[in-house]
Amino acid sequence: MAVKLAFLQSSAYFSGLGSDELDSIRKYIFEKEVARGEIVLFEGEPAKAVYIVVSGVVKVFKTSADGKEQIIYLARPGGSFNDVPVFDGGLSLASAEAMTQVVLYGMKKGDLETRLQGHPKLATNIIQVLSQRVEQMISLVEDLSFRRVTGRVAKILLENVADANGQRHRLTQQEMAAMAGTAREMIGRSLKLLEEEGKVRLERNRIVITDKEALREVAGVGM
Amino acid sequence: MPEIDRSKCDGCGLCVEVCSCKVLVLVDNKVEVNEKVECRLCTRWCTMCEMVCPAGAIQCPFEIVTEE
Repeated sequence: MAVKLAFLQSSAYFSGLGSDELDSIRKYIFEKEVARGEIVLFEGEPAKAVYIVVSGVVKVFKTSADGKEQIIYLARPGGSFNDVPVFDGGLSLASAEAMTQVVLYGMKKGDLETRLQGHPKLATNIIQVLSQRVEQMISLVEDLSFRRVTGRVAKILLENVADANGQRHRLTQQEMAAMAGTAREMIGRSLKLLEEEGKVRLERNRIVITDKEALREVAGVGM
Repeated sequence: MPEIDRSKCDGCGLCVEVCSCKVLVLVDNKVEVNEKVECRLCTRWCTMCEMVCPAGAIQCPFEIVTEE
């Protein structure tokens, strides 16, 4: 299938490049279709290509030795992944899984490096993409290392529990993230942690507090 | 069921693709909940549709309760 120029022009990597430039570049781009649930990249493998999402969603994540998953970010159409290790010549830093049927455009490391020499605008675009990635990562590092997100999530749950009058408080994970001053990805992780510790139980549209005292302790709220 | 704000939906369809229960459908380029299908394949809300929506058009609110 032919690589679509219009899509390339709308992507962060190739925006601002002229049609002639894109024409000369697109023959180095390959298309890859990935089924939902399929792993596109495994963490630790040699990074051979950069991928841009044409359609669908790709989850970029790391897994700990005991199987815990941390989503680093979601790559939606126009977004890219595996760029950092491709440029530093290393191994893939994270795994990537197709959350839907996905179409990707890929460019091999060597091809990309050669194209960079002749297309300064491509280099500038990639610097911008990588800068945004650094900002994302710093924000995630801040969340993971300095903020006691789980404690704040516990506090939010306690403060928003349905009251004795049956007044229902309903919160989305996005709202909890905004309240805790953290990324939505951190809320899912915190809720899962609280569930593993037996403090809450997650149901379809309910969060059931199963051990209120223990949750108060995590929240740092007086007994 | 997920709650949809049709005014925010841009019809990208990512939520439809990600939904393993097939609860979401695109009608006239806007996402809708198919009431005939139950969000039951997951034992609890996966909230993937809310997570992938770039327009913030889908909400999966949780009620917070204390166990009796």
